[in-house]
Amino acid sequence: MTETIVIAEIVKGAVHPTTAELITAALALGSQPVVVVPCTDASVADGAAQFSGAARILAAKSDVFSNYDAAGWASALDAIAPAGIIITSASPQSKDLAARLAARRGISVVQDVVQIEGGNLTSPIYSGKAMQTVSLSGDAVVTVRPNVFAAAASDGSTDVSVVDTTGNVATAVQEFMARASTRLDVAEANIIISGGRGMGSPANFTHLEAIADTLGAAVGASRAAVDTWDDIPHSMQVGQTGKTVNPNLYIAVGISGAIQHLAGMRSSKYIVAINKDADAPIFQHADYGIVATWEEALPVLQSTLSTMMA
Amino acid sequence: MANIIVLVKQVPDTNARIVLSGDRVDLSAVKKVMSPYDEFAVETALQHRESSGGEVTAITVGGAGADKVLKDAKAIGVDNIVRIDCDASLDSNALQSILASVISSLGAEVVYCGKSAADTGAGSTGPGLAERLGWASVSNTISVEFGEQLSVVTPAAGGNARINVPLPAVVSCDKGNIKVRKPNVKGIMQAKKAQVDVRSVDVLASTVSVVAHSMPPAKPAGKSYQGGAAAAEVAQLLRDEANVI
Repeated sequence: MTETIVIAEIVKGAVHPTTAELITAALALGSQPVVVVPCTDASVADGAAQFSGAARILAAKSDVFSNYDAAGWASALDAIAPAGIIITSASPQSKDLAARLAARRGISVVQDVVQIEGGNLTSPIYSGKAMQTVSLSGDAVVTVRPNVFAAAASDGSTDVSVVDTTGNVATAVQEFMARASTRLDVAEANIIISGGRGMGSPANFTHLEAIADTLGAAVGASRAAVDTWDDIPHSMQVGQTGKTVNPNLYIAVGISGAIQHLAGMRSSKYIVAINKDADAPIFQHADYGIVATWEEALPVLQSTLSTMMA
Repeated sequence: MANIIVLVKQVPDTNARIVLSGDRVDLSAVKKVMSPYDEFAVETALQHRESSGGEVTAITVGGAGADKVLKDAKAIGVDNIVRIDCDASLDSNALQSILASVISSLGAEVVYCGKSAADTGAGSTGPGLAERLGWASVSNTISVEFGEQLSVVTPAAGGNARINVPLPAVVSCDKGNIKVRKPNVKGIMQAKKAQVDVRSVDVLASTVSVVAHSMPPAKPAGKSYQGGAAAAEVAQLLRDEANVI
């Protein structure tokens, strides 16, 4: 059986659970997953040992992995990863790494895969307005959207072997500027609650923030809200010219569902829409649609969630 | 003085409806525009020129129809416009290879591009091109300051990182706080007269082939409720039915 290299997703120095989804994707290609864990300390790779289905785990140990640098990571991983198809997460950082790693090996990259069937790979194009299915005639680097493939079970106990590697780091981090708030960014969160112009004013986003804090969620916004209010920064924007997100739960409040916005969030696993206009296009994409003003619905949502999460 | 290159791509207007003809996307009725993130790249390239002196060259890959995106870049203020003549659908390896060969022959200290193109959304070109050129790369920047090195800000887990990027480098640009300049009348007149430098290149065979395009699977109709009180029931269903909280 051929091997597929799974590059473990590393967030804040630890193996991220989405790595278990990458193993499922590798198995869907009909190959044996070899999990490569970029780390500065080999014990980090123990975080991947419980994923069922991995044929072996390589802790790729190098100081290069202390900060993200595309050139350094690609060269250090290229040096130790076996030949074959390589799979990474379609997170912004890993998409960047995937492109650089593919170029280093002189192979192509297929980004944002959401389906693997009979060796063919399907990804959204035009921000999800259409899908593209491709076939491969050779090795490639494939990135997989989070929250799409089922996670491999956690009842494994695969041995970890440690390999030292090194690479050529090109850039240098000068400083890290932590967000003032401890709230997650929309690109990182598994639950997102977003507001649109229907929120009436940026001050009313505090109601969304309160629910976000109850759920451990991020707060997002539509382009209309970002363009209208200076207090709503572009970093919050979900949509075609903002961030494309794939959370487990997306709650859209006072957002009509312009094609621009849908493009960035339509592949969320569950969508809740709250809008006073029953004809708003967002309702066609909602698993749960509530026709109501935010003033009516949010206090009820907040108090119910607070009780549930307590 | 710096030789600055900016990559631009023509894509369907982001507000356009996408339709299929058979099992392929049919873009014949769709208006084409410069990919929105490329506008940020053009603006950053022009700011770099204002800071250091030099020239900005915009490059696209496409058939003659893609000249328009170059003329648009010229109208905004780039100095030179180059089209790599290739109308075929290319995989990332073939595309980056021809870009690398033309950029090597032109010579440059820095290449700017959008963080991704609005059609594929892939974001592969910047980092892949940098690897082929043996340059540094940084992606999704929200701010760029110019000097002997670049000092850029890019999102990192839990906040942003300020990063020193030695030149030569490829930088892919996100929106950040950039306000893009609009073309003026003089720019538009100059763009009309501007000559496109058309380059022909040998193209590698692609190993990724498009099998089919399709519409996204329709979502089954959801549950709908009237009135804000229903939010309590929905919250409960999110736990009991959807298992997401």
